[in-house]
Amino acid sequence: MIKSLADLEKAASEGARNIHPPYLKVMVGAATCGIASGANEVIAAAEESIKLIGNGAVVTRTGCIGMCYEEPLLDILKPGWPRLTYSHVKPEQVAGILEAVKDGKVIKEGLLGKIEEIEDITRNTRNTRYRFPLEKVPQEVAEAEHLFKLPFTDKQQHLAMRNCGIIDPESIEEYIARGGYFGLYEVLTEMEPDEVIDMVDKAGLRGRGGGGFGTGRKWRYCKQTEGYRYVICNADEGDPGAYMDRSLLESDPHSVIEGMLIGAYALESQQGYVYVRAEYPLAMQRLQKAIDDAYAHGLLGEVIFGTEFSFNLRIVKGGGAFVCGESTALMASIEGKPGEPRAKYVHTVEKGLWNQPTVLNNVETWANVPLIINKGADWFASIGTEGSKGTKIFSLVGNVERAGLVEVPMGITLKEIIYDIGGGIPGGKRFKAIQTGGPSGGCIPESLLDLEVDFDTLWEAGSMMGSGGMIVMDEETCMVDVAKFFIEFLKDESCGKCVSCREGLSQMHEILRRITEGEGQESDLDLLEELGKVMQDSSLCALGSSAPNPVLSTLRFFRDEYLAHIREKRCPAAVCTALIHYEINENCTGCTLCAKNCPVHAIAGKVKKLHVIDQDKCIKCGVCQDVCKFDAVTRNTRNTRNTHSSEKPS
Amino acid sequence: MGQPKGLVSENAYTILNEVEEKRVSLIAALQKIQARYRYLPETAMRQVAARLRVPVSQVYHVATFYSAFSLKPKGRHIVNVCLGTACHVKGAGLILDRFKRELKVDEGDTTEDGQFTLQAVRCIGCCSIAPAVMIDTETHGYVRQDKVADIIKRYRESKEK
Repeated sequence: MIKSLADLEKAASEGARNIHPPYLKVMVGAATCGIASGANEVIAAAEESIKLIGNGAVVTRTGCIGMCYEEPLLDILKPGWPRLTYSHVKPEQVAGILEAVKDGKVIKEGLLGKIEEIEDITRNTRNTRYRFPLEKVPQEVAEAEHLFKLPFTDKQQHLAMRNCGIIDPESIEEYIARGGYFGLYEVLTEMEPDEVIDMVDKAGLRGRGGGGFGTGRKWRYCKQTEGYRYVICNADEGDPGAYMDRSLLESDPHSVIEGMLIGAYALESQQGYVYVRAEYPLAMQRLQKAIDDAYAHGLLGEVIFGTEFSFNLRIVKGGGAFVCGESTALMASIEGKPGEPRAKYVHTVEKGLWNQPTVLNNVETWANVPLIINKGADWFASIGTEGSKGTKIFSLVGNVERAGLVEVPMGITLKEIIYDIGGGIPGGKRFKAIQTGGPSGGCIPESLLDLEVDFDTLWEAGSMMGSGGMIVMDEETCMVDVAKFFIEFLKDESCGKCVSCREGLSQMHEILRRITEGEGQESDLDLLEELGKVMQDSSLCALGSSAPNPVLSTLRFFRDEYLAHIREKRCPAAVCTALIHYEINENCTGCTLCAKNCPVHAIAGKVKKLHVIDQDKCIKCGVCQDVCKFDAVTRNTRNTRNTHSSEKPS
Repeated sequence: MGQPKGLVSENAYTILNEVEEKRVSLIAALQKIQARYRYLPETAMRQVAARLRVPVSQVYHVATFYSAFSLKPKGRHIVNVCLGTACHVKGAGLILDRFKRELKVDEGDTTEDGQFTLQAVRCIGCCSIAPAVMIDTETHGYVRQDKVADIIKRYRESKEK
């Protein structure tokens, strides 16, 4: 049980010993993305090899440091050495790596970098940096790159992700060793609830979940209403293409719990909920473990730190509905009802869950709160731009060389994110657009790449911050198809309560389907815009009013692509299946691989002879192009049959 | 009705908590039934309604609103092909088509032998390893069309053991 500062210090020193033990520690990044890349196999191999090393050597798990493109990652923490990180580790390599380490040597293959120093970002009472004590460091290690100075990491600043990839997410002691729960202690013992609200307000923290509403302001409004107040964490990360909340819950769940505790104290709330998507089983499991541990240590429950403050927290598992990311729908869902939004004549800060005043913030927002307490409002406000303070985690994915989670100060340009951090577009292809803000956001073209990213600039560019998904699209992405994709998504996810959203999305989808199948008319574009305006004006919740954004933003920046589909019956990116065809060119060596893989047997040809695709049978799945080793399959931006038919009078 | 002042008394808490528990438990109860039977049998839904004292219509409303629930039995293995944005950009639609052909079912349907239910899911948060497919609780990254048959085979075999 942790009841006092001394107890906290004791847990911290225990945790510190686990983070940097006086024996060899092997750590594997085991969030969902790591596991999908083979982390569990690497852990099994490491556990096997470590037995031979003995001397107390251990294998532990950590979360995701954001370098998803390098997974699985394996870290070596050997006393006297900096931390070493290996990337793309295969189970069969592990024994070799560990044997070398045991003998004081280092295998260079796969060595990504080293860490000599880690910032103890939440600790203001002690040294703020932890330096690895170095002695007898082999030459290879001395020459290794610094992990935080790689192109991917150099411009990043891990604040919300401060513990990701550093601690074992299932260890409360390791969280405490990094300064965790010290902020809570300070708040409970030294601060008045309203002082906490003032501090968060002064820091300029804005909600990381989408709208970017001021967190301190939201808390203050809620505090003004009498009642049994609730705090909720929105972990129903629904925006496709964004996964920082999953990663935070899997890598550092206590930061969210501590943030909620601090918020609950400020709001004098005694009950909190974390609403987690059903699609995130590991996040739920690690969060549950963290909640259980916090209860066991007296950091949740009654009389926390011996004060009068009590707070209970529980997980509510979502039922799989995108609309439940919307505040009123989420609260309805917690109440056991279908997640249908209601009109917000009365805000949820006044009448939210069970008609009581409720504060809802998302995972990343809550994870930022302990930082503000520890480091101060001025420190937090010194990072970022005029209107958007602090950092933001983006999930940089899609057609980009280095895909992963990127935490950067607000105000960094899109170009820096995509090219400096992300390494640009793979395969020498051209950049076309970057999609931000999920289905409610928009596509930003190349001409706006110098945009300094924050809540307001993205809004002005016709997109939005959303929860921070950034999907890079190259020249082989069709923007009409992307618009259709989002509208289809939203059509499926619309709760159907209001007409403009339900019917508007159906009609938009039908129009876009026509266009992508070469049956569109130019007047369709005006119709889309008109429909979009009606939906923006008359929908009940933000899902409906922002639903036309993907269409409107692509029409604004990529109108010529729509026109190519309509006028020329051509898909310039060669994506829309009705408007393309595949051909085999003279590079074909007759290896028969494509014919063997074709699922509909549409490819004919003899061994070592040029193969031919039967256009009538072809379903355009493109597998022939995927498997061809000789670049002999080309995808063409027209459908041969369409061209013929349009030449004939009907 | 105005805001009840002084609600913060101990008795009110207890009452409130009881009410909360009951309401929250509707979705949780259905989730447990779904996990056990792989669908929501009508009799079970009626029992839930009776026990929690909510109208059957409300249970049905919830059961049909959330995608986690199914009124038809689901297969032993749930294949969730991610159609999130990052996966879409990397050709997830074609991966889904391939699963449809290999399993000979349409999206949302279950194979005749009851082994697989094929679903399209909107983002499982594994965007960095797109295209991704989640089967039961296991996630597969960088899925390629020509690997789909192998993946299915692994799960088919796992049942025979």
